[in-house]
Amino acid sequence: MARFIWQRLLQAIPVLFVVISATFFLVRFAPGGPFSQEKAVLPEIKRALEAQYHLDQPLLVQYGNYLGDLLHGDFGPSFKYPGRSVNELIASGFPATAELGLYALLVAVILGMAAGLMAALRPHTWRDYLPMSLAMTGICMPTLLLGPLLVLVFGIWLEWVPVSGWGDVAGDKILPSLTLGAAYAAYVARLTRGGMLEVLSQDYIRTARAKGLPERVVIFKHALRGGVIPVVSFLGPAFAGLLSGSFVVETVFQIPGLGRFFVQAAFNRDYTMILGTTTFLAVLIILFNLLSDVLAAWLNPRVRGTLGEKK
Amino acid sequence: MSTTAEAIRYERGTSLWRDAWRRLARNRLAVAGAVILAFIIVACLLAPWISVYGYEEQDLVLGAAPPSAAHWLGTDTLGRDLLTRILYGGRISLMVGLTATSVALLIGVTWGAIAGYFGGRLDAMMMRIVDILYALPFMIFVVLLTVVFGRSILLLFLAIGAVEWLTMARIIRGQVQSLKCQEFVEAAVSLGLSRRAIIFRHIVPNAIGPLIVYTTLTIPAVMLLEAFISFLGLGVQPPMSSWGSLISDGVETMEEYPWLLIYPGITLSLTLFALNFLGDGLRDALDVRSSRD
Amino acid sequence: MSIRRMRRTVMAIMLAGAACLAGCSGGERRVDRGDAEGILHFGNGTEPQALDPHTTTGIPEYHIQEALLEGLASKDPETLDPIPGVAESWDISEDGRIYRFHLRADARWSDGTPLTAEDFRWSWWRALQPALGNEYAYMLFPVLNAEDYFQGKITDFSKVGVRVIDPHTLEVDLTTPTPYFLQLIAHHSLFPVPRHVIEKFGSPTDRFTAWTRPGNFVGNGAFVLKAWKLNKYVRVEKSPTYWDAAHVRLNGVVFYPTENIVTEERMFRSGQLHVTNEMPVDKIPQYRERHPEQLRVTPYLGTYFYTFNVKKPGLSDVRVRRALSMAIDRQTLVETVLEGVNTPAWAMVPPGTLGYQPPKVFDFDPEGARRLLAEAGYPDGKGMPPLEILYNTHELHRKVAVALQQMWKKNLNIDVSMINQEWKVYLDTRENMDFTISRYSWIGDYVDPNTFLDMWVTGGGNNKSGWSNKEYDDLILRKIPAMKTQAERFEGFYKAETILMQEMPVMPIYTYSIKRLITPSVKGFPKNLLDHPSFKHIYLEPAK
Repeated sequence: MARFIWQRLLQAIPVLFVVISATFFLVRFAPGGPFSQEKAVLPEIKRALEAQYHLDQPLLVQYGNYLGDLLHGDFGPSFKYPGRSVNELIASGFPATAELGLYALLVAVILGMAAGLMAALRPHTWRDYLPMSLAMTGICMPTLLLGPLLVLVFGIWLEWVPVSGWGDVAGDKILPSLTLGAAYAAYVARLTRGGMLEVLSQDYIRTARAKGLPERVVIFKHALRGGVIPVVSFLGPAFAGLLSGSFVVETVFQIPGLGRFFVQAAFNRDYTMILGTTTFLAVLIILFNLLSDVLAAWLNPRVRGTLGEKK
Repeated sequence: MSTTAEAIRYERGTSLWRDAWRRLARNRLAVAGAVILAFIIVACLLAPWISVYGYEEQDLVLGAAPPSAAHWLGTDTLGRDLLTRILYGGRISLMVGLTATSVALLIGVTWGAIAGYFGGRLDAMMMRIVDILYALPFMIFVVLLTVVFGRSILLLFLAIGAVEWLTMARIIRGQVQSLKCQEFVEAAVSLGLSRRAIIFRHIVPNAIGPLIVYTTLTIPAVMLLEAFISFLGLGVQPPMSSWGSLISDGVETMEEYPWLLIYPGITLSLTLFALNFLGDGLRDALDVRSSRD
Repeated sequence: MSIRRMRRTVMAIMLAGAACLAGCSGGERRVDRGDAEGILHFGNGTEPQALDPHTTTGIPEYHIQEALLEGLASKDPETLDPIPGVAESWDISEDGRIYRFHLRADARWSDGTPLTAEDFRWSWWRALQPALGNEYAYMLFPVLNAEDYFQGKITDFSKVGVRVIDPHTLEVDLTTPTPYFLQLIAHHSLFPVPRHVIEKFGSPTDRFTAWTRPGNFVGNGAFVLKAWKLNKYVRVEKSPTYWDAAHVRLNGVVFYPTENIVTEERMFRSGQLHVTNEMPVDKIPQYRERHPEQLRVTPYLGTYFYTFNVKKPGLSDVRVRRALSMAIDRQTLVETVLEGVNTPAWAMVPPGTLGYQPPKVFDFDPEGARRLLAEAGYPDGKGMPPLEILYNTHELHRKVAVALQQMWKKNLNIDVSMINQEWKVYLDTRENMDFTISRYSWIGDYVDPNTFLDMWVTGGGNNKSGWSNKEYDDLILRKIPAMKTQAERFEGFYKAETILMQEMPVMPIYTYSIKRLITPSVKGFPKNLLDHPSFKHIYLEPAK
């Protein structure tokens, strides 16, 4: 197990390197610079600003400097918000995004597994078709549509929940979490159904039933463990997807999170912020993928024995 | 003599494809999806001929108006007919979907087939690259790519296609690997067929099943991605519009003019629904091991 | 069986939770609490970049800086005339070139340190350091030798025309009599900054030190900085050391970053904001009908216009440019796309700027426009070289561009295409003059026609049209600054602007207005041309 984790961590390093480098050069080649303003900037000022942010040095030198700083954990100052470092900006935006992601994941897992379970237990009946169709709706209706619709119906017409903010007014976390979680709930439902169906047709389940165990025990103690594996494998990429997919939700609901910061940074050509956020998110995604793979492997007794073997 | 001939012909009737077709035809949801999809595609293709209004024809005095006899789905804030804009927007969305998927298909199939067939170090290296790329935060890269390359539609296709080919490659590789060991391939090898012939004339056609399924499922994913980007303001630019940008516009004014959000939204959702059901149906039809039977 | 029960229990719990949270969303509204506490909740547009007045250029930043700092003079909330600030009075020499400011004896920084003339001299020195990157450094250029010092032509700051006579007297020499100088000193780039605090946290020209953090920030304004939570809010509270604290009625202001105007309007409706920064044009008819007392539309000192690149084929002919301008129906545009909140502009300077009335050299005349176009060699639009409207991605600019595109098609039969880019890219393109027609706006820095007209001199940093006219340059750069009376100056501007509108390198479209939503409990909110908030004059009166 430990060897497996170690291998994966080692693999992560070239990935990160590629991410950082690609982003660095991509962003520098983008038209528009961080200091363009509506009113013409005096050339002296532009020069002074560029010198202060080391933009007047050759690209490779800047690259080297950046990598060096990165090894110290320093993402550099933000171009857009003088006086704030990127570390600070990320630290201020990340909690909101993480919380949103967590709630959305909870929604996805709880709703999704409940629906998938119900469908798997009575396949090809309305108990199967209804949740699966709803799940399909969740997949097909993008967050950018679902969010505003929920806002329109529950926030504006019915006025049951607040429509923006995060932590300002009680209940303002409901809609964003639901919106973001809905699509993933759909995937989880389908995965649960698929996984459960496959497990339920296995011999050991038939044995358990033949032994006379109550249905509840059969499902929860035996079947669920196996049926949940595809869901657990999905969790890693799902959380990663939630993080980066929160852009739209954070924009629609005005949540001061990392996603919104990132989109703004892209528009503002805030080089350091873009780089910092990308790197940070890449690290998170890698970690979560690793975690979920490990969890899935641990749950699956067949794989557990083969962990660490060279492929 | 004739009865035996008839009997033989009758026997030969069932092949994998015909079986699959029959199973698909029985799946009502998939058929419904196919019909809806066909309808939408035809409508969008024929847009220039069937729409009464010009794509950019404004009526500033009318402004945003709810559905009426003159404008079946209403108008937007500049007085442009919504139905027309949805049809034209559909052309863009569908085109992006198809093209990006084709790009993904091309790259993915080639990559996966080569890796799967040759195996060994080449395979390991190619799939390692796939793994590396898989770990990247895609949304971020697509945002970056569109910001950097100034929003040309062509680059949009490429960006999205470049992001979606990975899973395709993995699937094809898996298929090719399992097919490689099949007897008919061994037979072809012993017959002395060139490697290229083996890959493309024997293996790939047999791998087409999952390929079709996955393609049908990639198209909606790609369209969704395009909608996201246009929604954030980075994708398709006015005066061109796609369903994503129409929805984004509709959100701005959804309180006063809800139809501007609802109709494009329904259209996008319906199309995605249709594609997904069709894809599901195809998967159930082509996958012999499906839990249905 | 039990599975179903479990599921039902789970669902019941979820529903109960949701209902509970939903129920909790009712309750006291933020504005009601604010009314009771004397705290104003202010929608401020974008998140402020920084609070250091020498490093920012944006209006949201200015609003906060105006609460925390004060210059030699302030602006009257209604007329924008200069009123005493840190300086309680001033003398101006006969020739209008020497100003002597008498600072009040009780002027203090918020940490109790006395505020003296030396603070101003040092602050202006700092503002002129190129290393600091102060993009508004040019506001100090009317001061003798300031521009030369900034460009490094002289290195001795004592040659620049600002002198400390004694701790409470500051003398300023100007290069030419600049009647709007008193307005300039109320601009944030000329605010004083606390040397003793800045030097504690780094060098004076360091752009990112911690001196502006809450807890470190020291100002001399009506409020002090209490909290700054990135992307959430900035909170300021009444300052006990301010010289006019007795007249400040608010206990505090909270500034919210409200970038999305649609969401901001919803926040206002649900009682989370007293004042909004903007408002969506589409909602105006609704508010006019149902809540006119909350809607406030006031003229703003700004013009929305299109710049023509006179170096491009077709546009180099003045007749083409005038035809394009005459073919636009500004009145209809304003009434439909803009819901009537703006007024058509026929010149660059908004009418009524300090009493100045600009010339009206042309009118909406599609017939005349067609004639001119034919004269220029493009009868009925035939052969017209390609024209493209460049604008930055924004719903409003798109609507205007689309409307104008249609008008040109209809009235002149020419096809004009559009291209939009996002802000930074658009600025770059404009900078490089890589366009035929570009959208542009100009908001006045101070209330005087000069701020709209001195842009268009040959080679001016903001002159992106490539237009050059000797007579115009002469008027703006030489003749007018030498004039003594306002009447003379206005005559000069009138002449200059007539030239500008006859040559038409820029095509004015409409005059800006500020549209806001304000809760009726807010009193004393000023209506001035520069949207200068003047928080010390605002107070809250809860509805009975």
